[in-house]
Amino acid sequence: MNVLDYVILVSALLGITIYGMWKTMGSRRLGTYLRGAPNTSAMNIGLSVLATQASAITFLSMPGQGYQNGLGFVQNYFGLPLALIIVAVVFLPIYRRFNVYTAYEYLGSRFDAKTRLLGAILFLIQRGLAAGITIYAPAIIISSVLGWRLDVTIVLSGILAIVYTVSGGSAAVNLTQKHQFTLITIGMFAALFILIEKLSAHLGLMDALTVAGGFQKMKAVDFSFDPNRRYTLWSGLFGGLFLSLSYFGADQSQVQRYISGSSLRESRLGLMFNAICKIPMQFLILILGVLLFVFYQFERPPIFFNEVSWNSASHGTASAKLQKLDQDFDRIYRQKQEYIKTWIEAKKTGNFTGEASAQKAAQQAQSESEALRDQAKLILHETDPLTKENDSDYIFITFILKYLPHGLIGLLVAAIFSAALGSKAAELNALATTSTIDIYRHFVPVKSHEGMNEITREAKEVWVTKSFTVFWGLLAISFALFANLISDMIEAVNILGSLFYGVTLCLFLVAFFLKWVGGNAVFCAAIVAQGLIFILFFNLKISYLWYNLIGCFACALFSVVFQSFFDWRSATHE
Amino acid sequence: MDQLEKTGLTWPKSWRGVYFFVLVTFVAWVILLSVLSLSFNIE
Repeated sequence: MNVLDYVILVSALLGITIYGMWKTMGSRRLGTYLRGAPNTSAMNIGLSVLATQASAITFLSMPGQGYQNGLGFVQNYFGLPLALIIVAVVFLPIYRRFNVYTAYEYLGSRFDAKTRLLGAILFLIQRGLAAGITIYAPAIIISSVLGWRLDVTIVLSGILAIVYTVSGGSAAVNLTQKHQFTLITIGMFAALFILIEKLSAHLGLMDALTVAGGFQKMKAVDFSFDPNRRYTLWSGLFGGLFLSLSYFGADQSQVQRYISGSSLRESRLGLMFNAICKIPMQFLILILGVLLFVFYQFERPPIFFNEVSWNSASHGTASAKLQKLDQDFDRIYRQKQEYIKTWIEAKKTGNFTGEASAQKAAQQAQSESEALRDQAKLILHETDPLTKENDSDYIFITFILKYLPHGLIGLLVAAIFSAALGSKAAELNALATTSTIDIYRHFVPVKSHEGMNEITREAKEVWVTKSFTVFWGLLAISFALFANLISDMIEAVNILGSLFYGVTLCLFLVAFFLKWVGGNAVFCAAIVAQGLIFILFFNLKISYLWYNLIGCFACALFSVVFQSFFDWRSATHE
Repeated sequence: MDQLEKTGLTWPKSWRGVYFFVLVTFVAWVILLSVLSLSFNIE
């Protein structure tokens, strides 16, 4: 990065933050601070919901997912449009009718205080941990490739998010997310266009997709019923439906974004905007990764994309072994390139035999090249156990720094940080709101402020929320500072969510649809089901998406069983 | 009652229409991605 990049990076980040603070600062009314400006439009809600879900991890890890595993990950989002329709039809009208600040407030009205607390605590644990990953994930990658200090990067980006979230609350989060997402969109499209343009020096887009298909990167939909496969149409539809339903319906970081609409109409349209945009957006990010894979068939890729770790190990005891591996990798890369050229040429001339044999040779070379990469990862890990073996998070940033022009590098790094700040701020805002409304108010109820006028009481609660925002922000920074390397960051967040989401969602579904089930039954059921999920997670090897479904069904089943038992017991006691 | 509220859009005017449009778009994406998989993916 040069001076121009740094100027763009700093001015983009500070500009958006200061603008957001300036436009929203000074709000002492609780409603505006927790729900946002009363005139928030559908488009603003839509972008805010999109920006909350799409963190920096999405833009760093997902092109790497596309590069390594192809388009299959897009199936994870197949349940999302259906889930958003259910949220718009069932959840949203209830939240608005009860005029809640948090989703868990509704559980208190429908069941009892302990179930409300359980929902809030499950959210605080899961989102509190994820908030650390949200801040750590981009910081470790960016600091590593740019040679920045990791602790300084984590602290600075964390503090920036804390400052504007504290200053303007939900309104500041909404407003900044709109501009942050615009920056991200411009950056990602610019990267995609430059990649296609650079690729055109070697082959056209259709040939590039053919090459990608030859290496099994174009399998976007897998109809297999094998539960051990991580991404299939069915795990995406059913597991993804429950994951999305839990995330959008019962996770305060999302609920807070869409209940901020000026009317039910605005909130619904914002959700439907997401239902339409999410799959194409994820597809575009994944196809960027797939095209990067093809691009690196014509430009020599590093054997290991985390070049900082590679360079440090190359000067150590394993230097000779790594050098030999690198030479072999280079030889195979050149052979593979020739095979691919022959393959495309044969395809153009209609030479089917030549095409098939060249393609087979290229696939064989790819397998050999992957085997060499695996050996290199093993050596790197043996040399330094802290080295993360999965280098897919470094693929896109390596491309940005090596092949994009100056100025655009700064813009893309700003886009990645913007994504981190946007989702981080939404998380902090939701954590602080839940802490105030569901935990603080449980111990210091509104009626305990008797004699205090409403404006003073609200100002006090705004101050409490601000303090909770600082607390959660500092906790996330501390967690990020001491977090160890996690094999795949985007998956780590999704796995963590999947373990808790099923049970949390069940609390709401039972509340909406099983009217005869009471607080005691659903509370006990949730505790037992959450325990069951942990046992299954440590003993089964199934796609993590299924835990959303299992957790939800187990909790619902136990609720019915416990309620029947309580009914039977009270009937016999009478 | 909520479903009877107007969308305020030129089209679709009803919420059912909006949900139907979202579902059709989703199915179109799944079909498109399946076609992409079948056209380019070589086992």
